[in-house]
Amino acid sequence: MNHALDLLIGLVMGLNLLALGSGRLPSLIRAVSLQGVALGVMPLLMEPEVRWHVALVALATVTGKGLVIPALLRRAMRTANIDREILPFVGFVPSLLLGAGGTIAAMVLAHELPLLPEQTGSLIVPGALASIFTGFLLLIGRSKAIAQVSGYLILENGIYLFGLLLIHAMPLMVEAGILLDLTVGVFIFGIIVDRIQREFDSIDTRKLTTLRE
Amino acid sequence: MNVLLDVLLRAVVWLALAPLLPGIITKTKAWVAGRRGPPVLQLSYDLARLWRKGVVLSTLVSPGFVIGPAVAWVAVFGAALLLPLGALGTGLGFEGDVLLFVYLLALARFCTAWAAMETGSAFEGMGAAREVSYAVLSEAAIIAAVLALCVQSGSTSLVAMLTPAAGAGAVLLAAGLFVVLLAENCRVPFDDPNTHLELTMIHEVMVLDHSGPPLAVILHGASVKLLLFAVFLTEAVLPMGSLTPLAATGALAASVLVVTLATGMTESLLARFAFRRVPLLLTVGFLLCLFALLFAWRGGPA
Repeated sequence: MNHALDLLIGLVMGLNLLALGSGRLPSLIRAVSLQGVALGVMPLLMEPEVRWHVALVALATVTGKGLVIPALLRRAMRTANIDREILPFVGFVPSLLLGAGGTIAAMVLAHELPLLPEQTGSLIVPGALASIFTGFLLLIGRSKAIAQVSGYLILENGIYLFGLLLIHAMPLMVEAGILLDLTVGVFIFGIIVDRIQREFDSIDTRKLTTLRE
Repeated sequence: MNVLLDVLLRAVVWLALAPLLPGIITKTKAWVAGRRGPPVLQLSYDLARLWRKGVVLSTLVSPGFVIGPAVAWVAVFGAALLLPLGALGTGLGFEGDVLLFVYLLALARFCTAWAAMETGSAFEGMGAAREVSYAVLSEAAIIAAVLALCVQSGSTSLVAMLTPAAGAGAVLLAAGLFVVLLAENCRVPFDDPNTHLELTMIHEVMVLDHSGPPLAVILHGASVKLLLFAVFLTEAVLPMGSLTPLAATGALAASVLVVTLATGMTESLLARFAFRRVPLLLTVGFLLCLFALLFAWRGGPA
């Protein structure tokens, strides 16, 4: 049971790397959506018998993170006629190495944290920290708005992974609220991307730093 | 006497089955493209044909031109004999044989590059330089993967390392080793085995001036290396030790076939990567293996 969970967290970490290394927007979005599906399956594996509350969270996560949000992103990409190349501020190999360093640091840090005894051996905490770090890295290191949204999603995936530790304590409404917020956030992002594209003929966020009359 | 027979049988299995793999890959590619494709045994026919042919030697070459491929073949074959075959265990294994395994693969690469340089052609030197510069990263990935398996099993013999199930890092290890398999065997995202376009050739450049039996030895060695990596990948990920002998052998054969088909599909569906992007993919492969090592280190005792 726990073994399968660890495998999935391993998959999530691998997808973090893939997201950092991918040079095109479609592959980045694919990595994020796969990560969402992997995260969605996790609550089902965390306990022996499946309760409706957990199953509902899993279903909502898989559809939300795995299908709806990536579809919104793809739609935004298509309607705004965005060039597929990702133009990085931080190059691919440096960001990969930074991401790997961050993951190693997350492993070490999680080992030092005063966790509950039943969670000390689990990979959830290092996985969550590594995803948060990867998300930050993508937010900082990519110039396209859609790549930054993907970074934001990976960041949120890390927070969700952290939240899995509290799945019994956290009521369903909170989970649902987070997912709803996320969907609305991506929706607004899509509209903003479209606006930026119309205004500047590109979604390079560097152009937003200069003021015009 | 029994040991000798055992090793001989293993040798026959490795040597006879290896040429099938490139045939299966070519067949997969042909099938995806809607062609019939050459027979699966095509490489064996080619080897027989090459073996009957004469050798053309440049006036420049030293005996190293012929010795190089021979040593490389023996090194790869020796590394293959060290690997356990499913439940059969290994014929020649000993404590610490994983070091020999890694070094034999390095020796094989050195000898191929050396034989390529023997021709005195700048073009082949360029091919050797490319091959070796890719190898820097893919070898790092192999070493990380081997270390992960060592840490996980607490042993340095291949049998003990490869029989238990891979831990939490199995997915990462499988992905990383598959990237290494593609890079080490010069398959598509890194190198195109069919290309004869000067600018993009890597492995093909190195063997361009070989002919007759030495070329046959190189081609056969390459197929053994492909089988070796497929078996290594399979045994590193699957829990061979927990299956019955028959099931283990069946699982091994089936997964090697799956890996081969996956290679064929990768070749059909992916284009070659631009030169600049190759180090990136190899770095991803290395980091995947490194993460597997990390998991084995931190996640293992829990």
